[in-house]
Amino acid sequence: MSKETPQVGLFVTCLVDLFRPTVGFAAVKLLEDAGCNVEVPPTQTCCGQPAFNAGDRPSTVDIAKSVVTAFESFEYVVAPSGSCAGMLKKHYPTLFEDEPVWAARAEKLAAKCFELVSFLSDVLKVETVSASHDGSVTYHDSCAGLRELDVHDQPRQLLASVTGLDVIEHDTANVCCGFGGTFCVKYPEISTRMVSDKTAAIVATGATTVLAGDMGCLLNIAGRMSREGHDVSVRHVAEVLADMSDRPAIGAPADRRS
Amino acid sequence: MEPKSLQFHDNVAAALKDAPLQQSLSRFQTGFTVKRAEAKALLPEFEALRDESVAIKNHALANLDHYLLKFEEAVVASGGVVHWCADGAAARETVLRIFREDDVKSATKSKSMISEEIGLNEFLEDNGIEPIETDLGEYIIQLAGETPSHVIAPAVHKTREEVSDLFYEHHQKYGVTKRHEDVPELVDEARQLLRRRFQAADAGITGANFLIAETGSVVVVTNEGNADLTEVLPRTHVVLATIEKVVPTIADASTILRVLARTATGQEYSTYTTFATGPRRADDVDGPAKFHVILLDGGRSELLGSEFKDILRCIKCGACMNHCPVYGSIGGHAYGWVYPGPLGAVLNPGLIGIDEARHLPGASTFCGRCESVCPMRIPLPDLMRRWRERAKEQRLAGWRERRGLAAWSFIARRPGLYRPMSRVAARMLRGWSRGRGRLASFPGASGWTNGRDMPAPEGGTFMAQWAANRDASRPASGGRP
Repeated sequence: MSKETPQVGLFVTCLVDLFRPTVGFAAVKLLEDAGCNVEVPPTQTCCGQPAFNAGDRPSTVDIAKSVVTAFESFEYVVAPSGSCAGMLKKHYPTLFEDEPVWAARAEKLAAKCFELVSFLSDVLKVETVSASHDGSVTYHDSCAGLRELDVHDQPRQLLASVTGLDVIEHDTANVCCGFGGTFCVKYPEISTRMVSDKTAAIVATGATTVLAGDMGCLLNIAGRMSREGHDVSVRHVAEVLADMSDRPAIGAPADRRS
Repeated sequence: MEPKSLQFHDNVAAALKDAPLQQSLSRFQTGFTVKRAEAKALLPEFEALRDESVAIKNHALANLDHYLLKFEEAVVASGGVVHWCADGAAARETVLRIFREDDVKSATKSKSMISEEIGLNEFLEDNGIEPIETDLGEYIIQLAGETPSHVIAPAVHKTREEVSDLFYEHHQKYGVTKRHEDVPELVDEARQLLRRRFQAADAGITGANFLIAETGSVVVVTNEGNADLTEVLPRTHVVLATIEKVVPTIADASTILRVLARTATGQEYSTYTTFATGPRRADDVDGPAKFHVILLDGGRSELLGSEFKDILRCIKCGACMNHCPVYGSIGGHAYGWVYPGPLGAVLNPGLIGIDEARHLPGASTFCGRCESVCPMRIPLPDLMRRWRERAKEQRLAGWRERRGLAAWSFIARRPGLYRPMSRVAARMLRGWSRGRGRLASFPGASGWTNGRDMPAPEGGTFMAQWAANRDASRPASGGRP
């Protein structure tokens, strides 16, 4: 392995795998364009957050061990999600209080784990992408990316290099959309109220597209947008950065491109 | 206070339908957050002060026995009395005994969450003593027969119109003939009436923001000056405080005071910061003849030895609830017990039991905004997650949730099973969407689909596509993966 070619293991995330493979391919494209060699370990499933946040620590520990095993040989581990990357980076090292060997392995993994867009900006020093997008977008800061991993400026900097794209901020960009993993089905009324505040703020900007870095938020926002009948496209930020916004947006019919 | 936290889901449903509450919440949600951000921006050492404050509290909590005894010694030296109370019942009885000995008929009160915790007002009324709330917000909810919905803005759930109605209804007996609607007029009306009550009260009850071990002083902050009148005018001053309020020195309290108001309301300081030390001395111009401090444990010492001890650093500034989108959606009463918001989701299970408060730690998306603004850097989401673990161990969740989680984690631990199942799920959801790109409903998912559509998967899973054709990941070739 040459030093010049970063070896990246892509943590696809369960929601990208199931709902939005385009995001996975966009991540691969962005990483390869930036000079990385990307591999996708086939034994990955989920980062374990549903169990972790439901208070099921034993299951979380099992899942974390298999993720550590699958990814620890890579130079970097990258996920197109602040939430899952935050799980690997911030929470895995706290899971092994009684297992020092595993704790050390989790620490090592955490140190080389990154959220996709911040990895491009902060580690690979990517400043521009070659992509174009017609119209204005607003950007939602997904909570874990923002508060656990300091992902805020990086997506905005890279979006600024996209031809034809304007960012119009909504003033509650840093307020949760109400997804919260199982929260959205355990407390659906609160979640619906929160996502309604979010869609209202997005619609008020007049932007034709909303972007974010996490599929959970995006499914939630897209689902509420279409239920409310708004004509706003919902996409993962990686799709736009990788110049893949010709695909139908999240929750849009197959024949609709924007 | 009788907990209603088990009815959390019903409380939420009612709160979301409560139009005046929703109106109040929408106004409240932005005010405090903007003001805190502005105050923080004006103080370069703000983050350093947070760190110092955390260190002060951690030190005080690690040496709590020492500082509490020192505090008692200093209170006694200044002529006051300290009463150690293990629980709410002991605290109530102690207050009653003090009042009986002193023939107290009415007591003014400045804001105290401990008073709510131990249900003091109702207890005093049952024993023929009239409690008079003098904080404007507390006064409003006392008239309304309600409880606070926020730790520093107890009547934040009330609209101005509701306050106008309440005042008009309750103040006519004092000769008020007009229903005032302007805020300054309403404040003035309450001020005039409360002035008489301050002068007539036999005793005054305050809470405490800090207890200072080195001097035996009790620090109370207000914006209305009502604590000063409560402390100084009556002949007896009773302080209600829990044990974690003690800090070693005046300098320590001053450090934390620099972050308290900025975090809570965006003020540099609250309008009044009052230090009270003992009863009136011979050459003092005013002050109470008697000075009592009730030191309530009420479950704190148990928390101190637990994985939840960080919550004892809390200075009740309210920032976590000000910034919480869940609190902002449902208000404080839905939480069903004294402390709402992220603070309540951690503290209430510790004080009333996880069984009773089981729904509260779950009522968070773990967005982390509370922790990011907490002046005491309390890891609120992490502590909520620990309560979820305790609830899980005690099997407090419903069977559907438990089985669903068990099934999911069984599959997630087995890639050989997970792969085909996710392929089937993608195909099924895709099929059900019939090209519309989304599903308006599907079996077992009403929690999601009652409020929003479920976007349909694009097609096959990423892992299947990746395995089938590694080169398809290069859109430069023009093909759709």
